[in-house]
Amino acid sequence: MEETVKTTNDDIVLELENLRVKFVLETETVEAVNGISISLRRGRTLGLAGETGAGKTTTALSLLRLVPYPGRVECDKLVVEGHDVLKMSQKELEKYRGADLAMIFQDPMTSLNPVFTVGQQIADTIMLHDPTTREDAMKKAEAMLELVGIPAARAVEYPHQFSGGMKQRVVIAIALACNPGVLIADEPTTALDVTIQAQVLALMKKLRDERGMSMIMITHDLGIIADVCDEVAIMYAGRIIEYGTLRDVFNHTRHPYTEGLFNSLPNIRSRREKLKPIPGLMPDPSNLPKGCAFAPRCRYATDACRAERPADRMLSDTHMVACTRYDEPGFRIDRPDRD
Amino acid sequence: MAETILEVRNLKKYFKTARGMLHAVDDVSFSIEKGHTLGIVGESGCGKTTTGRCILRLVEPTSGEIYFEGKDILSLNRSEMKSIRKDMQIIFQDPFSSLDPRYTINQALSETLRVNRIRTGKKAIEDRVLELMETVGLAERLINTYPHELDGGRRQRIGIARALAMEPKFIVCDEPVSALDVSIQAQILNLLEDLQEKLGLSYIFITHDLAVVNHFADEIAVMYLGQIVEKAPTEELFDNPVHPYTRALLSAIPIPEVMENRPQTLLTGEISSPINPGNECRFAKRCRFACEGCRQHCPELVQIKPGHFVACSRTGEV
Repeated sequence: MEETVKTTNDDIVLELENLRVKFVLETETVEAVNGISISLRRGRTLGLAGETGAGKTTTALSLLRLVPYPGRVECDKLVVEGHDVLKMSQKELEKYRGADLAMIFQDPMTSLNPVFTVGQQIADTIMLHDPTTREDAMKKAEAMLELVGIPAARAVEYPHQFSGGMKQRVVIAIALACNPGVLIADEPTTALDVTIQAQVLALMKKLRDERGMSMIMITHDLGIIADVCDEVAIMYAGRIIEYGTLRDVFNHTRHPYTEGLFNSLPNIRSRREKLKPIPGLMPDPSNLPKGCAFAPRCRYATDACRAERPADRMLSDTHMVACTRYDEPGFRIDRPDRD
Repeated sequence: MAETILEVRNLKKYFKTARGMLHAVDDVSFSIEKGHTLGIVGESGCGKTTTGRCILRLVEPTSGEIYFEGKDILSLNRSEMKSIRKDMQIIFQDPFSSLDPRYTINQALSETLRVNRIRTGKKAIEDRVLELMETVGLAERLINTYPHELDGGRRQRIGIARALAMEPKFIVCDEPVSALDVSIQAQILNLLEDLQEKLGLSYIFITHDLAVVNHFADEIAVMYLGQIVEKAPTEELFDNPVHPYTRALLSAIPIPEVMENRPQTLLTGEISSPINPGNECRFAKRCRFACEGCRQHCPELVQIKPGHFVACSRTGEV
């Protein structure tokens, strides 16, 4: 596996700098995303991992400029496939969504329209981006179904006639219909059973590799990250707190929160070891602590951590950690089973 | 020989549907020793939740026998059942829909204590509520909060406190951590484990997550479409899985480790319908080892080693 990141400009398909998203409500302001930067290279898969409320989905919606009212999105740079998304008009955005950047949502039951056949729904997407006759679009839709492992004959069926795994395949077919350069998958298998999940993930990996597509995989499941991703960003309270290659983050874990996540997971290989949960709860995004958002739950936290928001620190060319303790030269987190 | 707290024999639950009889639970037998945990694992629709509910008679079984501490509970009448339910409790998956939104923690717990006459007198009830809150790790200041004010982990703690209020001997935990984030999930799993140690509880732990059950259970039963296909002590099941479905299930679990080319056996095909199943192995359609014989009769659960049972006609051959 490649360990160093060479960044020539034409290699990067998606670049996001300093994304901030706020929801300003009558009585409070919810700070959902607080300064996120990611860059994604062609053919690579980035995993966004974190727990409920970390800001994963809001980040994804911001990339599509779909954050709902009263969300306020600010961002220094968003360039996808060479297009400056921040400058796009509504019409250009409609073209951009689906053609450059497509998204798969968590629940296939709610992202399909129950009153149209699956074939029609795929064809609609194709026709929206590509002026063609309905017949041609339907033919292409059938080919897409075959691609995701559904017999073309089932194009005339309605979503309720499909099982959960099949529905998610249909959603994947819709997302891939216009050959996007980047695919965002937001918890694509959370609603599925494990054996079906394994099938869907294998399919996604195969299609990604065949098409040289880049992918952003949003999930709370570190197992899925290990299976699918090249790079990982661990999110907490709207920030990326650790970012690096899969090996950086999984084998050389440096952030206390990432360490805590690994320690809370029941490991299928080491039985009957007491779990070490992270004490406390995720902070309220409308009332974030002044310093490091993780400090109240962190066993390494010092007064310096509580006083000021930690800056991003590069530990190597690829490995970033946002933790104040790394100012001390001797500080290091060791997972006994790693390194 | 340890004491058996619960024994289930040939439990069946069929539901009538427009298209025929749905065999939700089809001839399931197992027993649990006092202080032990049986994990019931399987995917959606395998009958694990229905099994749990049948044991408490929250749904009435179609046939079979259930013995709780030697008593045949299916022969009990309503009031006898009510008194035995104090010993058998359940924790549900979704703590939000299993709590009354208009009851504070205090009201929810004290009502349980009062209605079932676990405690009488205002003071005794109040003391017990505080004690229960402490047991499950809820701060005293939360006593007058409503479920919607709390996060999922705390809500699940109320669900656990409510079950403990009855001072049960046995609890069915139906996916108690599935709706929770991993860091909170670990807190709840540790709590359930501590309570078991302290109070000598016996559990049935129903889950789709093999990693969780691996951590928690003494023995595991794997269910597929209403039947137990493999049952063994936890260690044995993970070290020597025999049934092709168990093996596929184990290999499908995503493991949070960097691994080059992890061998995976992907299942093909979809789960067959539990409505009017024929006399065939229900896994045959997805099984790469299935032969003619598998499609002609449904295999019985056979002991292949002490404590290790498998329902597969081709055990030993493949």
